[in-house]
Amino acid sequence: MAEQALVQSPGDTHQTSTGIDNTKLAMWTFLGSECLLFGALISTFLLYRTRADGAISPHEVFDIPFTSVSSFVLLMSSLTMVLAVAAIQAGDHHKTRMWLLATAMLGAVFISGQVYEFTVFVREGFTVGTSPAGSAFFILTSFHGAHVTLGIVMLLSLFGLSLQGRLPTERASAVEYVGLYWHFVDIVWIVIFTVVYLVPA
Amino acid sequence: MATTEQVRQQAKEIHHLEKPHPTTKSYVRVALFLSVVTGIEIALSYVDTNKWALLGSLVTLGAVKFYTVVFWFMHLKFDHPTLRKPFGVGIVLALVIYSVVLGNLVYHSTGGSP
Repeated sequence: MAEQALVQSPGDTHQTSTGIDNTKLAMWTFLGSECLLFGALISTFLLYRTRADGAISPHEVFDIPFTSVSSFVLLMSSLTMVLAVAAIQAGDHHKTRMWLLATAMLGAVFISGQVYEFTVFVREGFTVGTSPAGSAFFILTSFHGAHVTLGIVMLLSLFGLSLQGRLPTERASAVEYVGLYWHFVDIVWIVIFTVVYLVPA
Repeated sequence: MATTEQVRQQAKEIHHLEKPHPTTKSYVRVALFLSVVTGIEIALSYVDTNKWALLGSLVTLGAVKFYTVVFWFMHLKFDHPTLRKPFGVGIVLALVIYSVVLGNLVYHSTGGSP
């Protein structure tokens, strides 16, 4: 009979023959596939960014100082997220809940800023139907916003589980997976902020 | 066929490829660094300079921020190197595929002139 030793993975989630947590590997593969999704949306925007078709162009309505503050908020949410992961790995559940809630709140502030920004754009005549540039911009940023919203839901779920005592230190990997997803939406925004907002048309 | 001891040894080596995660202080320092880079990016976008120099600077700074978050906050610098592969493949595929598609579409939309 072939001898097979199953080795406890560092995440303590399950045993694998390689020592690498399969769920974590799957999460990274999923994030790799997400690069292709956002790559397509960003490329579409780059292709159509100058196609305003006589209507108002994106760079005429952008409010860089406002979006910079939103970007900073999302960047800081990555810090609070990594602190939540560190806290649960250290077995500090109070701090875990505090940082999870802080991350969700910062995410909510970012989404509120995006909603406000969209409202201003629509009022100024830059909508999803105005031009190819408008369609590409709103689809890209809305997809990102939907990802952030899903991240907030997952963070609040973890917060709720922790409050009920159903998120012990042994399940720290669950916080780590949500953290990976959250950092991913942050790095996507880093690209969007640079390519869409800051790079001149 | 690998024996139990060999597999255990292999797993031990795998665990040795992983490094301990940074401290809270390190995370705060990384966040400060990211904030400074973001500030430089925003300041650069207001500077009236050569378009290509500006583009190059912004893309470089954006890439620095991207890799700092991936390697420090997402722990890719400290976790097992195998975990870099699926994400790296996604990034490389996205960069190659969309660069080719964009280049092709721009080439044809300008009537074949560069």
